[in-house]
Amino acid sequence: MAVPSAAVQPRSSILSRSLSALSESRNALGFGFMLPAAALLLVFLTYPLGLGVWLGFTDTRIGRPGIFIGIENYQYLWDDAVFWLSVFNTLLYTISASILKFVLGLWLALILNQNLPFKSFFRAIVLLPWVVPTVLSAIAFWWIYDSQFSILSWALMEMGLIDHRINFLGDPENARASVIAANVWRGIPFVAITLLAGLQTIPQSLYEAATLDGASRWQLFRYVTLPLLTPIIAITMTFSVLFTFTDFQLIYVLTRGGPVNATHLMATLSFQRGISGGQLGEGAAIAVAMIPFLLAAILFSYFGLQRRKWQQGGGD
Amino acid sequence: MKFTRRDVIRTTAGAAAGVLGSRFVSSPALAQEGLTYKPEDGAKLRMLRWSPFVQGDEDQWLANTKRFTEATGVEVRVDKESWEDIRPKAAVAANVGSGPDLMLVWFDDPHQYPDKLHDVTELGEYLGSKYGGWHDGPKQYATREGKFLGLPLATIGNAIVYRESWVKEAGFSEFPKDTAGLLELCKALQAKGHPAGFTHGHGVGDGNNYAHWLLWSHGGQMVDESGKVTINSPETLKAIEYAQELYKTFIPGTESWLDVNNNRAFLAGELSVIANGISAYNTAKINKDNDPKLAEMAKDIRTTNLPIGPVGKSVELFQVTTAVIFDYTPYPNAAKAYLQFMFEEPQMAQWVTSSAGYCCQTLKAFDNNPVWTADPNNAAYAKASATLRPNGFAGPLGYASAATMADYVLVDMFAKAVTGQATPQEAMEEAEKRANRYYRV
Repeated sequence: MAVPSAAVQPRSSILSRSLSALSESRNALGFGFMLPAAALLLVFLTYPLGLGVWLGFTDTRIGRPGIFIGIENYQYLWDDAVFWLSVFNTLLYTISASILKFVLGLWLALILNQNLPFKSFFRAIVLLPWVVPTVLSAIAFWWIYDSQFSILSWALMEMGLIDHRINFLGDPENARASVIAANVWRGIPFVAITLLAGLQTIPQSLYEAATLDGASRWQLFRYVTLPLLTPIIAITMTFSVLFTFTDFQLIYVLTRGGPVNATHLMATLSFQRGISGGQLGEGAAIAVAMIPFLLAAILFSYFGLQRRKWQQGGGD
Repeated sequence: MKFTRRDVIRTTAGAAAGVLGSRFVSSPALAQEGLTYKPEDGAKLRMLRWSPFVQGDEDQWLANTKRFTEATGVEVRVDKESWEDIRPKAAVAANVGSGPDLMLVWFDDPHQYPDKLHDVTELGEYLGSKYGGWHDGPKQYATREGKFLGLPLATIGNAIVYRESWVKEAGFSEFPKDTAGLLELCKALQAKGHPAGFTHGHGVGDGNNYAHWLLWSHGGQMVDESGKVTINSPETLKAIEYAQELYKTFIPGTESWLDVNNNRAFLAGELSVIANGISAYNTAKINKDNDPKLAEMAKDIRTTNLPIGPVGKSVELFQVTTAVIFDYTPYPNAAKAYLQFMFEEPQMAQWVTSSAGYCCQTLKAFDNNPVWTADPNNAAYAKASATLRPNGFAGPLGYASAATMADYVLVDMFAKAVTGQATPQEAMEEAEKRANRYYRV
């Protein structure tokens, strides 16, 4: 009876010693804890992204597996005026909306950071546009911009400021401005509330010290608030740019990319070509073409805005 | 003697009826002569259809489905989606091989993934021979190389919907029958402060219907029989020039319109003439008891077919919906039995009647359904299946025709020219270039 137990004993003790060694190794533990996250990223991020990139190099259509065609999809897109229009629209949309959201969001954050009456109430209510589902707010804007029933046109006509209805979504320039305005309205709360959180981490003592040194309100903002807020701005604006660049719902509900593709973004064009039109390969190629722009935005944020020199007001 | 698959099924079904006397075969509603399908044991079906435009359509569809379940014990779950979301859902289901067993799809969808659909040729031929044949247009959408990829279910007609009093006020005793007359009428209506409006925006239904009518009525076509792009032609130029003239008479903003805008503006009394399904009229008719303004309007609304252009005959796109069974379904016989039941009398006749003129029959035997004479305004939609011309005329249906429509190539060509963003020649050349991308020249 003693023989088998003697044989098992050393094996189990080796196992427990190995486990104990593993549990004490920082590297092994770290690797173990990372595994679930890595698995999730692989399944839900890397695989779809890889599949998308692969599809972009094939002529896959709905219901028909494709074959590898190299960069043919990209060559077609290179000569496609509608694609380039969608690139222009996306850049215009993202840059204009992001600048407006930043300026207005920061302004709102600075106001909400003051000691206002009903402070909590205002902070909560500011979030509303962000909380409302995009499709619902887009439908509201659809009515606001309607060529026949727009409340804006009606109000301006009642006030005698205009004599005919504004063609919000029919004129290309108006349509672009209208969708940008709707996106800004929806995106401001995210920027404002996140920057407000950043503002509240700035120690009051810095302001007091600067005030004692005779700093004006502008100097307080320029040399205390802005440098200390820059890391938060970098993160917030990176997210804001990414959300704006990949926007889909607003355009899909308001214009479907019209009039004459004047508001088509790369995301909506990708859907139109890939799903509605059945050209999965080409749709994927358009989506993949968004990646360099998104990467550029992320790199600019991480390697630019977070640089200490910049934060301290210096240049390169 | 050659024994076909159809003969085998007939014989098997006959034997089953005689020997087993099963509940399915003995059911009076399902004991149709000639062809029967025995649902698989434990079969359950899931169908995805488009949200109804007329409530009667859905109510009758569900009532017929319930009768099928009562007769066969096969449970059918009917889900619905907005009609524009059907195409992406069907595409995904076909691609991943999972989803509803049956679906009501649109336009050239069946031709995009023919290999993913269950062959229903036997059922299609049976119904065709029993009910006077299929109308050609809907049949083209549902068949490929002689095989039925699905069953043509209905055509959603499109017609002129107008205010009779305003047309008379503009000096026209009746609605013009030709394109030249329509232009004159629209000019007169604009002068009277009651403009017309046709969709130049990305409205899947109304935008495409109007653009195709403009093109085809002037003899233009996207491609020839071989699929060669022929949009850049003198006929297309004429169509664009006509559209430019007509656009000048429209209410402002039609280039931004999606499918709902014209109904909304018409029912608000802002428009005198639109091109639409019967829903615009039905909305006024149904709500007349609650709204005196709509009651007055309903009395004044008339419908008629779109005028005939230089081509000399009525040519329109309309929307065709086809019932398909996906090949991945574990219950193909149950699905076919369900479709057969829904297409047989009296189910189909009741459904066409309850759809109140919105869904035009695809089987000729139902052409004389009482719904088309129940209201004079329904008559303009009665021949939708008989007169429609399929998308991508005169070329083959397939991914190229579907992609060209999905990319709004034709809609954009007209919109670009009428809004002055391009000359007619430039708009035509751009459309040619875009279409060539899909027809791969």
